[in-house]
Amino acid sequence: MASNASSQVVRTGAGSRFVIYTLLAIFCLYYLLPLYVMVVNSLKPLSEIQAGGMMSLPSEWTIAPWASAWSTAQIGVAATGLKPYFLNSILMVVPAVAISTVLGALNGYVLTKWRFRGDTIVFGLLLFGCFIPFQMVLIPMARMLGLMGLAGTVPGLVFVHLVYGIGFSTLYFRNYYQQFPTELVRAAMIDGAGFFTIFRRIMLPSSGPIAVVCIIWQFTNIWNDFLFGASFSDFDSQPMTVALNNLVQSSTGVKEYNVHFAGAIMAALPTLLVYVVAGRYFVRGLMAGSVKG
Amino acid sequence: MKFSRKLAAATCLAAMTISATAARAGDVEVLHWWTSGGEAAALNVLKKDLEGQGIGWQDMPVAGGGGTQAMTVLRARVTAGNAPTAVQMLGFDITDWAKQGALANLNDVAAEEGWDGVVPEALQKFSKYEGQWVAAPVNVHSTNWVWANKGILDDLGIAQPTTWDELVAAMQKVKDSGKVAVAHGGQAWQDATIFDAVVMATGGPDFYKSAFIDLDTEALGSDTMKEAFDRMTVIRSFVDDNFSGRDWNLASAMVINDEAAFQFMGDWAKGEFLNAGKTPGEDFLCFRFPGTQEQVTFNSDQFALFKQGDKPSAEQAALAKAIMSPSFQSAFNVVKGSVPARVDVPDTDFDACGKQGMKDLAAASSSGNLFGSMAHGHANPASVKNAMYDVITAHFNGEYDSETAVSELVSAVELAQ
Amino acid sequence: MSSNVTSRRADDWLRDALPKIVLSPSLAIVLVFVYGFILFTFYLSFTDSRILPSYGLVGWENYWKLFSLRAWGIAIDNVLIFGSLYIIICCALGLALAILLDQKIRAEGFIRTVYLYPMALSFIVTGTAWKWFLDPGIGLQAVVQSWGWESFTFEWIKDREMAIYTIVIAAVWQTSGFVMAMFLAGLRGIDNEVLKAAQIDGASNWALYRRIVIPQLRPAFMSAFVVLAHMAIKSYDLVIALTGGGPGTATELPATFMYSYTFTRNQMGIGAASATIMLMSIAAIMVPYIWSELREKK
Repeated sequence: MASNASSQVVRTGAGSRFVIYTLLAIFCLYYLLPLYVMVVNSLKPLSEIQAGGMMSLPSEWTIAPWASAWSTAQIGVAATGLKPYFLNSILMVVPAVAISTVLGALNGYVLTKWRFRGDTIVFGLLLFGCFIPFQMVLIPMARMLGLMGLAGTVPGLVFVHLVYGIGFSTLYFRNYYQQFPTELVRAAMIDGAGFFTIFRRIMLPSSGPIAVVCIIWQFTNIWNDFLFGASFSDFDSQPMTVALNNLVQSSTGVKEYNVHFAGAIMAALPTLLVYVVAGRYFVRGLMAGSVKG
Repeated sequence: MKFSRKLAAATCLAAMTISATAARAGDVEVLHWWTSGGEAAALNVLKKDLEGQGIGWQDMPVAGGGGTQAMTVLRARVTAGNAPTAVQMLGFDITDWAKQGALANLNDVAAEEGWDGVVPEALQKFSKYEGQWVAAPVNVHSTNWVWANKGILDDLGIAQPTTWDELVAAMQKVKDSGKVAVAHGGQAWQDATIFDAVVMATGGPDFYKSAFIDLDTEALGSDTMKEAFDRMTVIRSFVDDNFSGRDWNLASAMVINDEAAFQFMGDWAKGEFLNAGKTPGEDFLCFRFPGTQEQVTFNSDQFALFKQGDKPSAEQAALAKAIMSPSFQSAFNVVKGSVPARVDVPDTDFDACGKQGMKDLAAASSSGNLFGSMAHGHANPASVKNAMYDVITAHFNGEYDSETAVSELVSAVELAQ
Repeated sequence: MSSNVTSRRADDWLRDALPKIVLSPSLAIVLVFVYGFILFTFYLSFTDSRILPSYGLVGWENYWKLFSLRAWGIAIDNVLIFGSLYIIICCALGLALAILLDQKIRAEGFIRTVYLYPMALSFIVTGTAWKWFLDPGIGLQAVVQSWGWESFTFEWIKDREMAIYTIVIAAVWQTSGFVMAMFLAGLRGIDNEVLKAAQIDGASNWALYRRIVIPQLRPAFMSAFVVLAHMAIKSYDLVIALTGGGPGTATELPATFMYSYTFTRNQMGIGAASATIMLMSIAAIMVPYIWSELREKK
């Protein structure tokens, strides 16, 4: 295990540790406050919210809004809740994240360890692509998807997210691999290891922390995307965000804030799960392990 | 450049020849933004009706921004060659899509069902393009309503105001009593909704028409317009300081909870009052904005059908017929708070406000006092409407005075055309 | 044998070309779907496109109209204020939290998730929570006043001058945790041996970070900068949910401007012109920065 490597070099005294913990706790409060508003109000009956006191604890606790958001809230003509849309989102997000992360890792590997003439320009081109405003690609992208026969399909959505995710995943891995000692790769090459062997045996085992960052970024962005999800899906492939938006944005109806908040937290749960699970790979010293092994 | 030109040609082609591939033959795919409980339940009536005829309903709801989100999605889908069968639309959007040649011609159905005789002239302006029926209107919302808390008015001895001066006096009385006179949400479309009524009351219907519908530069830059802006300043002084960004339903809640006396809002506000267990006439009053008792400014939801061939398909015709059937129009509008687009629907199921709304609509329609609402995209195209929003909102928030607002209005409208 | 030689040569060729072959699909996709679309947008900005692309050329008219619009000027001012504050605060906060969290903290996993979770929530709804929280009538101000501090005021969101700063607060809340994670990944990638050696030489903790750790985080800084700049420029949901561009037009940003002209106002030509200007400004800032970063590192 990497525990010996994660033993800190920088040592801190009891006094400064107290300060550190206090600071970390204060920031926990800053990050948790809006969640408090959402959770508290998702557990109140609507009448209590309308009566005011949006910051106070419920005087009558209820889980009805959660039940409603999950299975009976009005999304379209049918009162299905968010339930059926989760599967659509998962079918879209898992392949898109997996492919773009693997491609990003490979690209980063090539750009730092197998350099060639003009590689900087290639990276620059990939990177600048991150900045294209999505609003402008909507119409030409729709046309291209139509031509490719992918309009209104899940593979179409996966493709779109892949296209606009590559720049970031490449950026993360390239900048991370840059710190990685090139000598190790050289040595392996002299030993006769091939392109993919080096990637699998040497680069991948040390990629934990950056893979976490990349997956968090891609998962969050794709899961929460609304514009592409709404525009490039069909009646049977609408992702969860479109449903959540439909739940929340009713124009002239009564706004059920408690249900909205419950739905929003619910919709974020898969992403949170990814944070917790992937976070386990955030351990220091994996690289040191590979140096020794 | 070569690539983009190719793309250009392809996109053009897509807009011109739309072939719906998504919906199976015999099904209709409907893009709409009616997702709140009541609206969706009402739409379900339509779905059941079609299913009874063996036509499947594929639901494609996209809410947000009063339909703008759905319009964005529509553009992507049409460009991809994957247009839905039927789409909920408002005012000038219908005309714009009809200009692209994308909408089906419903003249046969209309003739068979006699739509010409039962739909008000002012609505037909949007449902028809170059003499062809291209959309089926569902409802008429009227926007120049005042919602008042009866308890507060009775306590302060205020009678229902019928002129601008009476309204100002009433608002002053409420303010002096320590309550909020006008519950208002500072969002561009809400500011513009009030402005609609104020312009109508200040300049009368002819002025409204030449300024907002004909976009006459002289009217837009006139002293009457300046007076309308001055009146907006007056109203602003009766709004609480916390108004900015407030949703309209929270403003309604202020009237419901006895915090505020008046709200100037369209007829959809009624749902909020009814939902809170209030009774029209007893707990709250609904009346036309003072000075616009004769007039009705409206917006109307319609369903436009996208071309799938030379003639509308059997299921499109069935959908159009179902939308225009008096039973659906009544059932839907009772729930929605609006009034039917047909003027011959019996008012038996409607409440007091609904009955009055239907009476007002019929009267305004026959006396030529029915006008499209500027704030809701039924007086001028989206580009002009939003340019007007910019000026109205900036002025209402005190970014400049009425004089500047008038000249800004003239130049903004010019730029947007 | 000659056949042996050729196969050997083919092997060599494959070995040389493999990295490029691996990279080429990504490059091809980006060339078409990013640069092709940029050219298309550039072309559209000279046309009379309104509801859908249309190809009547109108010269510089869209640009002329764009710069005479008051809202565009406001959007530019705002993105400068918002972007610089947002990037600086997120980087500083993210780095500070990452360093603090790297001190063998007991509940690291929990705290990390707390800092990160705002990223998970879609602003469609979080915006409502923030809006309430910032609303003087029901949020922070009302609560603090109810605790007895009657003179406390916090009305930024209703104030034309200050509203843009409330957007910064909410935006920092959303992404600073992710920036923290990026720096944390960087910190975890640093070789401990170097640090140990420096410590034996008697360097203080402060010097250790300033001289050795932070310079090694340069690539992580670059990642953070690119991500944050991208977020700053594309901030759309946030503004719509929090202020809707108001009070008045005080919090208009280029992204909201572009969306509204392209789709809501059916003036696609002006929308395309604003996108072109945005892309050119981004290029003017990013290209020299990226170039210097990449060259220096060789």
